[in-house]
Amino acid sequence: MEPRDRVKEELERLELVAGNGLLDRRTFLRSGAAFAAAVTGYTVARSAGAAPLKDDPWSLVPGAISPSYEQRSRFEGKVVRTLSNPNGETRTSHARTPHHLINGTFTPNGLHFTIVHSGTPDIDPDKHRLVIHGLVKRPLAFTLDALARYPMVSRMTFVECGGNSAPMFSKEPIQASVQALHGLASCAEWTGVPLSTLLEETGIDPKAKWLVAEGADSLALSRSVPLTKALDDAMVALYQNGERLMPGNGYPMRLLLPGWEGNMNVKFLRRLKLVEAPAMSYYETRTYSQILPGGKAYRFYFLQEVKSFITHPSPGLALKGPGYYEISGIAYSGNGRISKVMGSADGGQSWAQAALQAPVLSKAFTRFRMPWRWDGGPAVLQSRAWDEAGNMQPTRAQFVAQRGETQKVPNVLGFPNQHYNSLTSWAIDGKGEVKHVYA
Amino acid sequence: MSTHELPAIVLALGLGSGAAFSAGPNLGTPLEPAEIAAWDISIQPDGTGLPPGGGTPAQGERIFAQKCAMCHGERGKGGVAAPVVGGGPIDRIDAQKTIANFWGYSTTVFDFIRRAMPWQQPRSLTDNEVYALTAFILAQNKLIGENDSMNAETLPKVRMPNRDGFIIRFPDKI
Repeated sequence: MEPRDRVKEELERLELVAGNGLLDRRTFLRSGAAFAAAVTGYTVARSAGAAPLKDDPWSLVPGAISPSYEQRSRFEGKVVRTLSNPNGETRTSHARTPHHLINGTFTPNGLHFTIVHSGTPDIDPDKHRLVIHGLVKRPLAFTLDALARYPMVSRMTFVECGGNSAPMFSKEPIQASVQALHGLASCAEWTGVPLSTLLEETGIDPKAKWLVAEGADSLALSRSVPLTKALDDAMVALYQNGERLMPGNGYPMRLLLPGWEGNMNVKFLRRLKLVEAPAMSYYETRTYSQILPGGKAYRFYFLQEVKSFITHPSPGLALKGPGYYEISGIAYSGNGRISKVMGSADGGQSWAQAALQAPVLSKAFTRFRMPWRWDGGPAVLQSRAWDEAGNMQPTRAQFVAQRGETQKVPNVLGFPNQHYNSLTSWAIDGKGEVKHVYA
Repeated sequence: MSTHELPAIVLALGLGSGAAFSAGPNLGTPLEPAEIAAWDISIQPDGTGLPPGGGTPAQGERIFAQKCAMCHGERGKGGVAAPVVGGGPIDRIDAQKTIANFWGYSTTVFDFIRRAMPWQQPRSLTDNEVYALTAFILAQNKLIGENDSMNAETLPKVRMPNRDGFIIRFPDKI
C-alpha cells in the first residue's frame, strides 16, 4: 500500500473532530496503545537496513564532573534569543524568546525576552536602594538585604512587551518565525515582596491615586501606575525562576504588575513616588500610546489582552512527511485564566477544542496541545483563546478593522509599539514547509 | 495580600518597635526630603516638581549645537536619533510621533531631557540648561515665541497641540 493511502485508511479509523485531520484532544488518553499503534504507522515501519544497536563512546567512559553552575548541552547552542541591536547602537535593544525551540510554560532565564532602552546597568546589589516617598506618611529606603527579610510570595506570570506581535499590523504577512512575531513575551515564576506590604509601612496619604515608578538605568525610565494596581497584585520581584533576577530583567529588583504592559514592570527599580495624578512620562504619553486610524491615540493601555499562538509547528519547523503531529502553543491573558483554546487546521472553517495543560494559572502562560494527523495536503493552522473574563481573541480581520494596518510592510524589527492580539495563521504546503499567512 | 493576615509577625516585631507604622518587619530607613532630592526628578503636568531657574531659546540653541545635534541633527531635524523638531500629521497608525504632533504635555520635554539626556552623559545638564533646551525645542516647533523664557511658571502653561488627542484605554483600571 502506498504511504499516502495508508494514512488515509488510518485517518478513517480515528476520531476526527474538525476538518483536515484534527483529532479529539482526549484521543491519546482514551485509546492509549491502540491509538498509538494506529497513528505511528510511519515511525514504526520495518527497520530494514538499520544497524544493530551498540554502545556509543560516551557510554563507555565516565562522564564529566558536575560544574558549580550547569550550562546546557553543547548541542543546544542554536536555541538562543535573537537580538535587534547586537552592536549596542544608541537605541533600544530587543532580545526575543525562541518559542518554537522550547516547550512547556516557563521561559528559562537565559531565554526570557528583554528590552532595554539604553543598555543594561551593572548594579552593585549592596549599594542599590528602593525609595518610597511622595504622598506617604513617612518616606522609607529599603536595601536588598532588608527586603530579603520580608514575607515573600511567588507567582507565575507572563511579562509581555506592549508591542509584541505588532509586526502583524503589516498589510502583508511578514515571513518570519514565531520568535520574530511573538518573541517579546515570556513567563517565569517571580518571587518577591508584595508592594502592599511596603506601602503599609510607609503609610499612604489619602490624596495618593498613582505612583511613579523609576529605574536606576541611565534613562531613569519611569512609568505611572494606578495605586489600585499597586495594592492589588503588584510585587517588588527579587527572584526569577528561583534565582536572582537576570540583569536584563531588572537585577536586583523590578516592579512586577501581573498581566500589564511590559514597560510598566519597571526594571532596576529604585524609586516609587506616590502622587495624585500620572506624571505623563515619555514612555506613557509617547512610546506606548497607540495611534488609532482616526488619528486619536490610546493612552494607559495597561492590559495585555487575551492571546494565543501555535509554536509547534511554526515557520522553521517543517513537517517531515504525513502522519501524526502534536499541535501545541501558548495562550495567556492579562485578565486572568485562560478558559478555552480552540484550534483549526483548515483556516478557521472548522474548530476543535485543545487540551489545556494543568495547572492553568491566572495571568500566566497556558500550554495547549491537540493531536493532529496530517494527510500531506495544504493546511492552515490557527489557535483562538478565551479568558475567564469572557474575552475572545479576535480574528485578524476584526482586529485591523478597528485598529488599522501599516501602509507599508515594515521591517519585522521596526514595528510601531502597539498592542496586537489577533489570531496567527500558519500555512503548511504539500512539502511540509510552514509560512505565515493571513487567513 | 495584606500583612493583617500575619498576626504572628505583629507579635514578633510590633512589640519591640514603638515607632512601628504597621505590623510588618519595619526594616526601611526613614528619609528626609533633602536626602531624596537628587533622585526626586519626576515632573507632573501641572508643573509640580519643576526646579528653580530658567532658560531661553537662544541659550538653548548654543547647548543644542554642542550636546544634542550630533544625534538629533542640526537644529533638531533628526539624525541617528529621532527629530525633535517638526512632524507630519497623525494620519496613520505608524506615523512618526514627535513633540509637535503628538506629545500631550510640555513638562514631559523637560522631564525626559533632564532624566535621560544627553544619551552618553545623562543627568549632567544643569536645570538652567534643561530649561534652555526645552525652550529652544518648543520655539523651533513654534509652540512658544523666539524670546519666551521657560521656567517653573511658564513651562506648564504651554499648551501642546495634541493635548486632547488621547483616549484612556481602560478607564476602569484607574
